[in-house]
Amino acid sequence: MGNVAVDVQDVSMKFNMSSQKVDNLKEYFIKFVKKEIMYNEFHALNHVTFQVNKGDRLGILGLNGAGKSTLLKVIAGVLKPSEGSVQVKGKIVPLLELGAGFAREYTGAENIFLYGTVLGYSKEFLKEKYDEIVEFSELGKFINVPVKNYSSGMRSRLGFAIATVVEPDVLILDEVLAVGDAKFKKKCEKRIQSLFDKGVTVLFVSHSLPQVKRICNKAILLEHGRIIAQGDIDKVASIYEQKME
Amino acid sequence: MKQYINNFLKYRFLLWELVKKDIKLKYRKSYLGILWTLIEPLLTMIVLTIVFGTLFGNTDKQFPVYVLTGRLMYSFFSTSTKAAMKSIRSNSSMIKKVYVPKYIYPLSSTLSSYVTFLISLIVLVGVSIVLRVKPTKYTLLAVVPLLLVLIMSYGVGMLLATMAVFFRDLEYLWNVALMMIMYTCAIFYPTDRLVHTGFSWILEINPLYSVIVNFRNCVIYGRPLDERALLLSAGFSFAILAIGLIAFYKKQDKFILSI
Repeated sequence: MGNVAVDVQDVSMKFNMSSQKVDNLKEYFIKFVKKEIMYNEFHALNHVTFQVNKGDRLGILGLNGAGKSTLLKVIAGVLKPSEGSVQVKGKIVPLLELGAGFAREYTGAENIFLYGTVLGYSKEFLKEKYDEIVEFSELGKFINVPVKNYSSGMRSRLGFAIATVVEPDVLILDEVLAVGDAKFKKKCEKRIQSLFDKGVTVLFVSHSLPQVKRICNKAILLEHGRIIAQGDIDKVASIYEQKME
Repeated sequence: MKQYINNFLKYRFLLWELVKKDIKLKYRKSYLGILWTLIEPLLTMIVLTIVFGTLFGNTDKQFPVYVLTGRLMYSFFSTSTKAAMKSIRSNSSMIKKVYVPKYIYPLSSTLSSYVTFLISLIVLVGVSIVLRVKPTKYTLLAVVPLLLVLIMSYGVGMLLATMAVFFRDLEYLWNVALMMIMYTCAIFYPTDRLVHTGFSWILEINPLYSVIVNFRNCVIYGRPLDERALLLSAGFSFAILAIGLIAFYKKQDKFILSI
């Protein structure tokens, strides 16, 4: 597997959906004694296998509830699959819900270091890149204001700037290209485009087919946790279009 | 094993950042800032000494040091276990997004409490000097109870963190349990009263009390470590650490489904 960047082998994800949510001891105990704890198994992903080569840009298509976000979470390592394995070569950076991981009481500057270390960058590296991040986020003097006082646009700008400051090997995009105003959006797309040119591997989830077509060269189509089509973007996109009608 | 160590080294920056964050945010916006780690135990010591010393007719000159040693140990145990218990939930937005070894969160809560605890020991040194409690060759042995309380708190914290993800009630139950632990630690009363009534076994089965006993032996009385207390506290600390770690590792993949 010389140039395979993401290798997903036979991944299944099962959830136990209890009919009622039990989250306190008393209820649990009563139900346990009465033997009333029942689970419905639910397969969010069902034996999914695919590979993404280095430099490929894979679009993940599917209707709501097809398992797209679950798949991304499994690949990002946040969810552990019930079966199967995922191997990712190199550094993986998720661009999901930008800025959701910020400490609210912390200033922007402090969050650069906190969030940066969460993504696995070293302190020296962040110090080196600090000016670049601040400049790209266009926060100026607001960088020393606690993040809780930021507007949502400012938060996402900072999140985007931190996450893309290095060239990650694998980038996960979950409908985040709608960041900030039109000017900043252009800047983001430019940054992402430059990452593409450097050969980053991309996993992209979006409901907007034109956007997927513009960005990706490969695609998979998910339905009820199974892959029903994979291959070149045009081929998969046309199947998806048929499905939608 | 090597893999675990490598992984830990990889995330040591994050651990450091999280510890720093806890400490920084705790005192942000207060005028006296980090000084509160010193003032707060000093003030509670004064209150407890007045109530349980002066008002109860206890004339022991070293009573403030007695109170302070117990109080500092107990309050570290209580703040760190509470923080560790809540750490998974309060970091849920991170956990849902980025892969980070999850034990980092309870570990950083415990360590940040530990750092403030160590700083507040300055008060103990100051009060000891004022009240002429002389250092002896046994004072250095205080390192042993100081390490044991850290291990014990982290073990308990891991176990609580694991359970609290699935049962929120634990946060309230633990407060009640902590109250019981506090009263059976002999923080602000001399133990001979309980010995008279035949209830001293309650103290002896409390591992935290055993840690405090040895801490007092080293710091106040200039005595060697009490063997029975040492055995109990060390045994309990390492056992609870093992239990906490195992429980956490077994359940950690399920956390994300419940937070």
